[in-house]
Amino acid sequence: MGYLRRKIVFYAVALWAAVTLNFAIPRLIKGNPVDIMLARAAQGGQPMPAEARHALELQFGVSDDPLWQQYLGYVGNLLHGRLGLSVTYYPTPVSTVIAQSLPWTLGLAGVALLVTVVLGLGLGMLAGWRRGGAVDALIPATTFLAAIPYFWLALILLYVLGLGLGWFPLNGGYDYAGVQMGPTLAFAASVASHGALPALTVVASSVAGWMLGMRNMMVSTMAEDYVVMAEAKGLSPRRVMLAYAARNAVLPSVAGFAISLGFVVSGLLATEVVFAYPGIGFALLQGVQNADYPLMQGIFLIISLAVLGANLLVDLLYGVIDPRTRKA
Amino acid sequence: MTAVTAPAVTAEPAGPRRPLRSGKLIAGLAVAGFFVLAGVLGPLFAGDPEEIGYERLMPPSAGHWLGTTNTGQDVLAQLLVATRGSLTIGVVVGVLATVISLLVGVLGAYLGGWLDEGFSLLSNVFLVIPGLPLVILITDYLETGGPVALALTITITSWAGPARVIRAQTLSLRGRDYVDAARVSGERGWRIMVFEILPNLVPIIAAQLVFAVIGGILLDAALSFLGLAGGSAGSWGSMLYFAQNASALSTGAWWWFVPPGLCIAVLGAGLSLINFGIDEIIDPRLRRATS
Repeated sequence: MGYLRRKIVFYAVALWAAVTLNFAIPRLIKGNPVDIMLARAAQGGQPMPAEARHALELQFGVSDDPLWQQYLGYVGNLLHGRLGLSVTYYPTPVSTVIAQSLPWTLGLAGVALLVTVVLGLGLGMLAGWRRGGAVDALIPATTFLAAIPYFWLALILLYVLGLGLGWFPLNGGYDYAGVQMGPTLAFAASVASHGALPALTVVASSVAGWMLGMRNMMVSTMAEDYVVMAEAKGLSPRRVMLAYAARNAVLPSVAGFAISLGFVVSGLLATEVVFAYPGIGFALLQGVQNADYPLMQGIFLIISLAVLGANLLVDLLYGVIDPRTRKA
Repeated sequence: MTAVTAPAVTAEPAGPRRPLRSGKLIAGLAVAGFFVLAGVLGPLFAGDPEEIGYERLMPPSAGHWLGTTNTGQDVLAQLLVATRGSLTIGVVVGVLATVISLLVGVLGAYLGGWLDEGFSLLSNVFLVIPGLPLVILITDYLETGGPVALALTITITSWAGPARVIRAQTLSLRGRDYVDAARVSGERGWRIMVFEILPNLVPIIAAQLVFAVIGGILLDAALSFLGLAGGSAGSWGSMLYFAQNASALSTGAWWWFVPPGLCIAVLGAGLSLINFGIDEIIDPRLRRATS
């Protein structure tokens, strides 16, 4: 099972790279994150007492130890889930802040991605199958959609559908005043109506890429001999389209999932800010605005971890649907 | 490109020879050209974008074609200056990312061995690590960055995709007969890379450059919108940042937050059209049956 081992090794290396970048960036740029934090606090008119420096140094693992010892300490802390204390929500640990906001982002991203992929692949398949047909005529319009920045589309949708027509709530993850968080129907409905607009934003601005990729691969695949053969045998067009053309045309889209996921995550972060959605992106912005370095670094790590994990899953799935990869 | 078009012509001897002209390419170039003109010349004619006036949050009028901001600044003047800023970032990122991806892609694929393994691993790792959070982390530590540092940071996350595409194409070119012929006739490695392989990569390089420019503009817009680009009104994203902070949305000042995003979308669509045009020229199968 060379394919499986290769993939796992690759993602292990990528994870190590993300962890190490996280360790190296503050030290490469300024040498000492604590100095930056103290300077920021002083600029903001809240100079920290001298004893705060020692506490921060302990928290960041900054010391006069050799770099490799600092690194080992940092990795050790990570393995125990110790990401430090958040400055914004002091003295809440970063891991708690992340644990509270991550489910929102995962839920939103999961639903939005699922809709995007199904819709994009389906429309792309139809566009390629009937080249020059009605669905294919949508392609030029989708180029425009694909170029729209997520957060700007979010602003426009919020302005038109939320503020203008009043169809959707303007911000938040659920109706904080009216609904109690819990496993009730009212809470679920509130979450769904608050999540609809952010999800719509992600779907509208990322569906075009999937559609176009699928359409072009359909066009290429339909020129293959086995598709012509299937048609010649008199199979129903539906069967030829789904089982012969689309099944092979979908492979590059699956393989390209890694790259699209990165875009979706980036777009989602900015979208959450527009909707004040209580997810990871909103927490990241709070961290940025409050010079909350432990929070920012923790969020970078957890996003990297989630993206790498999702990619590994998709790569494993790819090995199942395309047996050729396992041999190569 | 001639190698690609030749079979297409022989395959349809009866039909008239189709010129390699794509409507999409022309439309895309027109859009891009319009924005370049606006970015280069616009700021010369527009007034001072920072000038504060008494007419605050006014909708578009004869005096202010795109209305005014909450401090009475002219939105059109800001938009033109921001066009220049966004384009500059996009082009700098595009060129830098393309140069790096060429070095990594062509050298790795041509020389092969451990160098290729290493380069591939590096670009694949950078491809899967999410870009925006990484850039946010770096820019926030940089603090006193300025546009140059910003462009460099964005480049860190934008070279990997193009490098992978260029590597794949170089691998396929490396095995062609004319490259073997050049090698057998004793040409040096760098000469083969620059004079035999590079010219055949041009359409792909052009497409990757366009992608990188779009990516750079979008990433800069997102960063600026989040308030990480230093706070000057120098790009479309920072206009949106100021509009968002001044509650342009809830006060209904659509003339403030609609134009910058629209510019990004239209320019992005134009650049994508250029890429589709290039794609259609390279791969005749993608051309529409009707056109």
